[in-house]
Amino acid sequence: MMKNQDGSSMETAVSSVFLSQASGIFRKTRKNLPRIGNYCLLTFIAIVWAIPTLGLLVSSFRAADAVSESGWWTILQNPNGARLTLDNYLIVTGNGNSPLVQGQVAFDEKGIDVLQPFFNSIMVVIPATIFPILLAAIAAYGFSWMNFPGRKYLFFLVLAIQVVPLQVALIPVLRDFYHIGINNTFLAVWIAHTGFALPVATYLMFNYISGIPKEFIEAAKIDGASHFSIFLNIVVPMSVPAFASFAILQFLWVWNDLLVALVFLGFNKSAIVLTQALVSLSGTYGNRWHLLTAGAFISMIIPLVIFFSLQRYFIRGLVSGGIKG
Amino acid sequence: MLGKNKKWKDPMFTSRLDESQPRASTFMRWMIFAVMVVTSLLLAYGSWQGLKYIQNYQQLPLLIRLISVLCLGVGGFSLSFFLLVRAVEQLPENIQNRITPVLFIGPTIALLFWILVIPLFRTIWMSFLDAKGVDWVGLKNYIFVFTDSSMLNSFRNNLLWLLLGSGGCILLGLLIAFLTDHTNSRFSSIIQSLIFMPMAISMVGASIIWRFVYAFVPAGYEQIGLLNAILVQWGGQPQAFLMDRGVNNILLIIVFVWMQTGLPLVIFSAAIKTIPEEIIEASRMDGANEWQIVTQISIPYLRNTILAVATIVIVLTLKVFDVVYVMTGGNYGTETIANQFYFEMFRKFNYGHGSAIVVLLVVLILPVVAYNLRRYQETLELK
Repeated sequence: MMKNQDGSSMETAVSSVFLSQASGIFRKTRKNLPRIGNYCLLTFIAIVWAIPTLGLLVSSFRAADAVSESGWWTILQNPNGARLTLDNYLIVTGNGNSPLVQGQVAFDEKGIDVLQPFFNSIMVVIPATIFPILLAAIAAYGFSWMNFPGRKYLFFLVLAIQVVPLQVALIPVLRDFYHIGINNTFLAVWIAHTGFALPVATYLMFNYISGIPKEFIEAAKIDGASHFSIFLNIVVPMSVPAFASFAILQFLWVWNDLLVALVFLGFNKSAIVLTQALVSLSGTYGNRWHLLTAGAFISMIIPLVIFFSLQRYFIRGLVSGGIKG
Repeated sequence: MLGKNKKWKDPMFTSRLDESQPRASTFMRWMIFAVMVVTSLLLAYGSWQGLKYIQNYQQLPLLIRLISVLCLGVGGFSLSFFLLVRAVEQLPENIQNRITPVLFIGPTIALLFWILVIPLFRTIWMSFLDAKGVDWVGLKNYIFVFTDSSMLNSFRNNLLWLLLGSGGCILLGLLIAFLTDHTNSRFSSIIQSLIFMPMAISMVGASIIWRFVYAFVPAGYEQIGLLNAILVQWGGQPQAFLMDRGVNNILLIIVFVWMQTGLPLVIFSAAIKTIPEEIIEASRMDGANEWQIVTQISIPYLRNTILAVATIVIVLTLKVFDVVYVMTGGNYGTETIANQFYFEMFRKFNYGHGSAIVVLLVVLILPVVAYNLRRYQETLELK
């Protein structure tokens, strides 16, 4: 029991406040008289918030000349002028020559392809999400259920390094990667993302794993189970919620990251991820909004699906570990 | 290695006697251990080389590359680690007890040292070296940081970002949180998820969304950017907003506030629900109006939460990079510290300047670190 109390006391003040509150997010609001003014103001704010995204979505489905000749909001007054089409999506995914394309495709637009970067993003994001979870979970087990010299100091180091901006590491790490010959490869981005995520991941996992009742661990120990067996058979199944909420966070961080990809993948054309592809699209075709909007929307599909299906876990994860270096 | 083995030998044999383990089994276990360790190392090395090979092997179809990269990457390294841990379990218990903690926290600590701790010191060292990172130049890079005109401009801009960006997120978050507190829960959760949604998408995506809002078409043609369309509707002249040094920084900050307000909002709105009903009822009895309740009771009550959220948002603001990089590239007077860092480091390849800027960034974030660490310390001392 002592161990358990120690564990929970090590949660930071910040996160214990957050965690206790996060559970209340979806609780019923207190019974107050509904106020019309609040509803109006909030509806207005929500509309303002949604309009930019709506504009992107609508424009991505309009023909090229329609996008550049009239504002997207005109489809409300003049639905016939909307000229909805899937052309933009076909062009940005490298299918500019496909018979499905209805309109004219400019010659220089045929080389665009965000499909390869899309797959590259997947190749980057899956390992970069799994590695930190595996490493952090087993380290968190070590920190909470093993005794070894320097345990407290090492854990303090993990906490302290959490807030160091990752910019600090870029050049030295880039040099190391160059020396071992993995620059501009996925390995480099995986290692970098894993390293940058580990402080937060270890901390979040520790909060969870140190809170597992001591009886479970003790009982297994008496039965002669090794630490690793206890970890695999007891701790991992019990920690799935913590894994899930961190996985969502890390997935989105990596998927949305630009800086780490720019530095460690460079503009190695075969390896660039989706955010880089978008940046170069936006640089080369800065005013062709039909392409930019379609490209941007493709990059948003997966985050949006995750957000709307796993919203609670996403918010809970962000709220309990909002800082990342 | 040898010395350690010797030290461990005695208890190993006593434990063998105690548990009456046959001698041959101990030897066999060491053999199994050795084989498993070798297999594990070979597996890790093989995955590493295989990945490097597949990476450059463009002829393979996309899907096969994807699957093999994932199998080698995730599968290879995990299996190798699994074997290593299982190998150690073959050893006598007292040796096991010493090695297992190293295996469990070792990879994490090693990676942290390699990727974050040591680079921190290397960067500090490099900030005193020249552009190529070879010769000692003393404080020259720091003199550059504090005298260069675009650096000074970036300080001014970051201050603006801190005031309007961080301040805007927190104030808007508070405002919306208080507003939603008085509405029904279904409505408020829809509003909250709409406002939270931008946190899920990339800053690059958000920047494109907003560049479209700010888009400019010369006067006389129909405006396709929402902001210019509204401006023209009201009889104004269309503006190339992002090139306008008077407003472009504020327009970039709006993008940031649009993206980040969700976090303060959900945290505050959860915190507001923890304010005891009695306090509010009591003050209402005493004749306080809504505004007085919010400013004199709720906000002081939420003080710690607000401070904690502020530290998060301030760190985010100080490091802001993507928004500026995509929308203006740091041109037209919109540079920020993190953009100047990228520019010096990866455009001009001046490692000295770049490192000095990062060190400055760390120093700016340090007060926030100190604040968080003090909280950690308080809770750690309870042990």
